Amino acid sequence: MQALFYDIADYIIRNLRKDETALLSFEGERSEFVRFNHAKVRQAGSVAQHDLGLDLVRGRRHAETSFALSGEAASDRARVDAVLADLRGRLEFLPEDPHLLYATEVHSTERVGTDELAPAEEAAAAVLAEADGRDAVGIYAQGPIYRGFANSLGQRNWFSTHTFNLEWCFYLRDDKAVKSDYAGFRWDRAELKSRMTQAAGQLALLDRPPMTIPPGKYRVYLAPNAVVEIASILNWGGFGLKDHKAKISSLVRMTEGEATMNRAITMRENTREGIAPNFDQVGFVKPDAVVLIENGRFKQHLVSPRSAKEYNVPANGAPVYEACTSFDMSAGDIPAVEVLSRLDTGLYINNLWYLNYSDRPACRITGMTRFATFWVEKGQFAAPLNVMRFDESIYRMLGTNLIGLTQERTMSLSSETYGGRQVASNRVPGALVEEFALTL
Amino acid sequence: MLTGLKERVHEILPRDGFWSLRAEHERNEVVRVRQNVLQPIQTTEDRGAMVTCMRGGGIGYAAVSSLSVESLRKAAARAGEWARFTAGRAVFDFSKIVMPHPRGNYETPAEKPWESASLQEKIALAVRQCARLKTDPRIVDFEAMLWYTKTTSLYLTNEGGEVQQTLHRLLPFLKVTASEGARAQTRSLGAQSHCRQGGLEVLDSVGFATVGPTLAAEALELLGAPNCPSDKMDLLLEADQMHLQIHESIGHPLEMDRILGDERNYAGTSFVKPEFFGTFRYGSDLLNIVFDPTDPRAFASCGFDDDGTPAAKQYLIERGILKRGLGGTISQARSGLPGVSNSRANSWRRPPIDRMGNINLEPGRSTMEQMIAAVERGIYMKANNSWSIDDSRNKFQFGCEYGRLIENGKLTAVVRNPNYRGISQNFWNSLKMVGDASTVQCLGAANCGKGEPNQFMRVGHVTPAALFANVDVFGGD
Repeated sequence: MQALFYDIADYIIRNLRKDETALLSFEGERSEFVRFNHAKVRQAGSVAQHDLGLDLVRGRRHAETSFALSGEAASDRARVDAVLADLRGRLEFLPEDPHLLYATEVHSTERVGTDELAPAEEAAAAVLAEADGRDAVGIYAQGPIYRGFANSLGQRNWFSTHTFNLEWCFYLRDDKAVKSDYAGFRWDRAELKSRMTQAAGQLALLDRPPMTIPPGKYRVYLAPNAVVEIASILNWGGFGLKDHKAKISSLVRMTEGEATMNRAITMRENTREGIAPNFDQVGFVKPDAVVLIENGRFKQHLVSPRSAKEYNVPANGAPVYEACTSFDMSAGDIPAVEVLSRLDTGLYINNLWYLNYSDRPACRITGMTRFATFWVEKGQFAAPLNVMRFDESIYRMLGTNLIGLTQERTMSLSSETYGGRQVASNRVPGALVEEFALTL
Repeated sequence: MLTGLKERVHEILPRDGFWSLRAEHERNEVVRVRQNVLQPIQTTEDRGAMVTCMRGGGIGYAAVSSLSVESLRKAAARAGEWARFTAGRAVFDFSKIVMPHPRGNYETPAEKPWESASLQEKIALAVRQCARLKTDPRIVDFEAMLWYTKTTSLYLTNEGGEVQQTLHRLLPFLKVTASEGARAQTRSLGAQSHCRQGGLEVLDSVGFATVGPTLAAEALELLGAPNCPSDKMDLLLEADQMHLQIHESIGHPLEMDRILGDERNYAGTSFVKPEFFGTFRYGSDLLNIVFDPTDPRAFASCGFDDDGTPAAKQYLIERGILKRGLGGTISQARSGLPGVSNSRANSWRRPPIDRMGNINLEPGRSTMEQMIAAVERGIYMKANNSWSIDDSRNKFQFGCEYGRLIENGKLTAVVRNPNYRGISQNFWNSLKMVGDASTVQCLGAANCGKGEPNQFMRVGHVTPAALFANVDVFGGD
């Protein structure tokens, strides 16, 4: 795949005119997907895709496009010829772009992953065998993922990884389920069995009459998977410089000095310890880490190259949509084994679902509990809870009402596959919160 | 681009079992101007094909970006391997399904084709409309966008099925944010719901060239407006919120793959059970919901779905009673229930699943003025800006950009951060007036997320405004 990208990049660069610069980005994957329901296969298939982004620059003018490569040299070169002609035509009338910024210092990198995956059918058969007899539903995905960058200044960046990602639920009845995952780089049947056994064991806790509680304010423990959902919504317009300047960021009150979070809260984009490539689509190499919130106070924005140019600040490796791909939240001081006793009486929330802003400037968020959520009494699991809606401000949840974070953190690999399999991760602790508002 | 495939399909698809080849070529063009600066024109060109095999009771697919016969034959071989693997391990004996082998063509009618104007003219239009949004120093962010998509698909089967479709879609958008201190309010052209099929005539029908200053004035008005009060009151929803209400609390719960459990690990299940069809009272007598892929203006219209079923209008809910769900050919076979032509995939890279198409509320008999006059104490809301609902599609909470109180039959004070919450069945049973044809808007959503692997789908909703009784309404912090 690296050869496919570099060959087409070389071809494009050879065909540039003297006053032209080309910025080329590449995304590809060969994926196997097995979707299952009731521990039987619903759909199974393979997808091979490779897309090339081409930004043709002439002075301050540029024109960009992206297109699917067929992987066949003659066909792809013919397509490139047509694309170059189209972009050159556009450059004749497009205005100069005042926010154009791309890397001009050459910084080549290469990170090639090793393939330790099992054959897809073997892994899928193992999943079905281990789940046999359970009401199991979910998806298994695996295969190589590729990212690349090249420019006509001589820079080359390549990233490949071979991952698998199994995400599933064991259902007991109705909406009572335990959600689990097993993702990584080296497939291990024994580890799969261990995780499925552990998940099946948790079902016993759900096999009690469910409770419904009235709306009100409750003490809650948000397990790491629930905290990931909160991190994800903050990552939607919370950290980017452009959103802050446009006053539409959900964290604008922090940068305006009107709000803080608890001193225990430190959040960063931690590229060095994540799984994502460390280069962007215009050739900049990302810093190891960008501290976003430190000890409860806003520290740095995520700054894309376009925002850097627009607002005259340094870029820090953010993509154009200015969101994290390697989110990292610092640990706290509550040992995981003490969570139930420290919660005492309240809700143990494993998963949250469908979060959205109910008042974006106030960073107030609504969403639902989902899957295994329990009522805890005097430090003991008492009963599974029927789903509840919450509507709560981040400044209370992770601010005045935060009791503490767990010492242990969970690293989760993104299972998102919109457009393609994502290379992103979250590392977060659990959070103990009081006065958490449940509304419906 | 897709020429030559149908002549050679017999070299690609084997004869035993059911085989299909779905080839697509899609071109996107996005013209966007933000704060009077033209953003990079985004063009994408995608092409590829998926081969699907149902054989021996199993099912498999393989998708590739090359349309050469050699590549497609390899894809067919891989799809066949997956079908062999799943035979005896599948949720259903797929050999029992009789798949259609349709023949036909469909193309979106466009009065003024997108290509009839040059790119320079489209840029100039977006530049003009963007500039008209900056009416006050407190306007801190503003943008205008035109997003055009042309999708050409060719669906072939191993027993002579042959369908070619070309869909032209346009999503015009305007957005303006006003701010003072840390307070900010945004108004937009329908929160990206004004998406339709057609050509440049869509721009005239949604007011793209005229509505900008009104949006800016409303954003400024909201900036100084009081917070929405918290109370139970009547709720009058404009069409550009109704589409979201229908989408989340009727469209998704009626998807048969949710009801069959396929989506329980991701998008969720449904409070609707198979035994509900035919008897369940979903809403008041005023509730008439149709699946209608035949309206040429609507975003998800087509001639055939992606499993080759001819498009046809069907009642899902009639006079409040649930009639049928959103299940394509495969889900109908699995469930034994009637369905619709809604097996859809978002591209050649993903297999078809049960999706919405156009889910529409049929108009009633009330004018907007009559609905306002019928309210003693209530609120009017428009333009969705927040959406959240539980995984079985019951407990929802939605927010809008703009609210205005209704007191003693008249619109009064504007309020900011209007939100409301409820439970789907209770809410639709509180439907007490439905707007007439004068209140209907042709709307949709460009990015409905669902499926494993994930798919963003384009769906349509043609709906009037409507009035609901005694709803839990509240504001922001």
